[in-house]
Amino acid sequence: MSPTPILPPDDLEPVAGGGLLDRRMFLRQGIALGGAGLGLLAFDADATDVPRWMKTPGGPFTNYGEPSAYEKEAIRWISANAKAPGHGISWTPLHRLEGTITPNGLHFERHHNGVPAIDPEQHRLTLHGLFSKPIQFSLEQLFRYPMVSRQCFVECGGNSNAGWHEEPIQTPVGYFHGLASSSEWTGIPLSILLDEAGLQPEARWLVAEGADAGAMNVSIPIEKALDDTLLALYQNGERIRPEQGYPMRLILPGFEAVLNVKWLHRLQAVKEPLMSRNETAKYTELEPSGKARQFTFIMEAKSVITQPSPGFRLKGPGLYQISGLAWSGRGTIRRVDISADGGRSWAPAALQEPLLSKCFTRFRLPWRWDGSPLILKSRAIDDTGYQQPERSTLIAERGQRGYFHYNAIVAFAVDSDGSLRHVYA
Amino acid sequence: MSMPSLSSPSRSGLRRVGRAHLFIGLLLPLWTPLLAVPEGPKLGVSITQESILPLDISVFPEGTGLPPGKGTAVEGKMQFEALCQGCHGVKGSGGDAEELVGRSPLNGSRPDQTVGNYWPYATTIFDYIRRAMPLNAPLSLSNDQVYALTAYLLYLNGIVTETSEMNATT
Repeated sequence: MSPTPILPPDDLEPVAGGGLLDRRMFLRQGIALGGAGLGLLAFDADATDVPRWMKTPGGPFTNYGEPSAYEKEAIRWISANAKAPGHGISWTPLHRLEGTITPNGLHFERHHNGVPAIDPEQHRLTLHGLFSKPIQFSLEQLFRYPMVSRQCFVECGGNSNAGWHEEPIQTPVGYFHGLASSSEWTGIPLSILLDEAGLQPEARWLVAEGADAGAMNVSIPIEKALDDTLLALYQNGERIRPEQGYPMRLILPGFEAVLNVKWLHRLQAVKEPLMSRNETAKYTELEPSGKARQFTFIMEAKSVITQPSPGFRLKGPGLYQISGLAWSGRGTIRRVDISADGGRSWAPAALQEPLLSKCFTRFRLPWRWDGSPLILKSRAIDDTGYQQPERSTLIAERGQRGYFHYNAIVAFAVDSDGSLRHVYA
Repeated sequence: MSMPSLSSPSRSGLRRVGRAHLFIGLLLPLWTPLLAVPEGPKLGVSITQESILPLDISVFPEGTGLPPGKGTAVEGKMQFEALCQGCHGVKGSGGDAEELVGRSPLNGSRPDQTVGNYWPYATTIFDYIRRAMPLNAPLSLSNDQVYALTAYLLYLNGIVTETSEMNATT
């Protein structure tokens, strides 16, 4: 990869302040981009020698492949309780990834008491409560059912919550916004199983319970369970991994992750929600009045620039590609705007197709940095017309003690030395 | 490992889905059981509501699911000191784990969200302690222990008295 930024033709005028260029420029000009992604961290290798790996046989086959040994930094960052190592989270390194699919080994984790080692032959899914015919399934039986696949994001309700802090957190993007990941999930529409068990019309909620230590439980509204909820068995083509709920989990596209119960083993149909700890003490949002919002299931539209971003450094003025992710729990991302002048002017980014509902959407925009300090922002607009709010707007509405469901516009200051830092601006 | 055998959906099954969607889209935005659902092989094994009881540990706000047993804060204090204090701190405060006690107003600047001011719900506390606590041995407590611990947490937060009995009807 060339360390030298490529200069665009001089006649290409910026479309917004700070050097933002037309989103179609790369397509039109056919310019190869040297500054993309980690190329921002340019290196100076002597490229004239034949590399040593061309002069000796390579390594053997492997039963299950692993990332390059040079990609040691593309890892989940673990934040767990020292006295209870199974209680905590690990973050997806969004700042080290491109495209829209999160590798399975990098999908974020939230465990309340460790990852259970479930024997699939002994695992059963039980449906009981307000069903005319309570039933139980083994995995062998479930594999005969019709399956569908869909790509969607899974995002923790507490993702990005450092945004409520008084001071902007200085950490790579993934360790701020990486309690969100996106996969292709394959499984059985839950409605098929609810239908078979004879769901009663008076059932309004399903209490879903995992087979982990602590039997994590939450209440799911029946409308969602009958709509697009999946009993997922596969993630990105392979069986769901233990830390993602092996052998089965719920996927509720667009809903906060805690409802996407992992290690699912029991669904109880009921009239009223259970009011479990994870829908009262947690995953509710305290408002300035002292009251709290509850059952705020849908993750609102959010976007974040992943490159360039804090922890990386721009190597001098020139042409770069801004790249990031946007998603909305209400539907499809319609537009992402980028500003390179702190929000005074905006330019629409190119959205990577296909545009999928409730799924990560990759956005990109060419940018010619002239070396002066400025502030980068992105804002997402979804197909309901909802626009990601500025931080000041979000705080005016919700205060700063809500903890969950933070989705404000994120701003990075680019300094003249090319370094980036998170700012409130 | 043997691969599961796959059955393809029948043509009649596919037609059924198509018609159902059309019907729903035109007339019924509300959910109606049995209409818009693709056909499955119906392999679920029938069970009785009774046979599920050992697995059913849900406790609902009106008290459904509460088991026989009882306890008071006096008894709960002993259980707490033996089982919980190591992580949650003396009297549920100042430990590494969740802050359990506190009644500061929720509209203050930095309120701790505790049992006292945020989730003072006896059935929620019972449901959670029984299934999840202590972390090193979930589902190990007797019903009497869980009732006593629930009583103790409510007592520490000034919601019940030290000798109030917690049981399935209180």
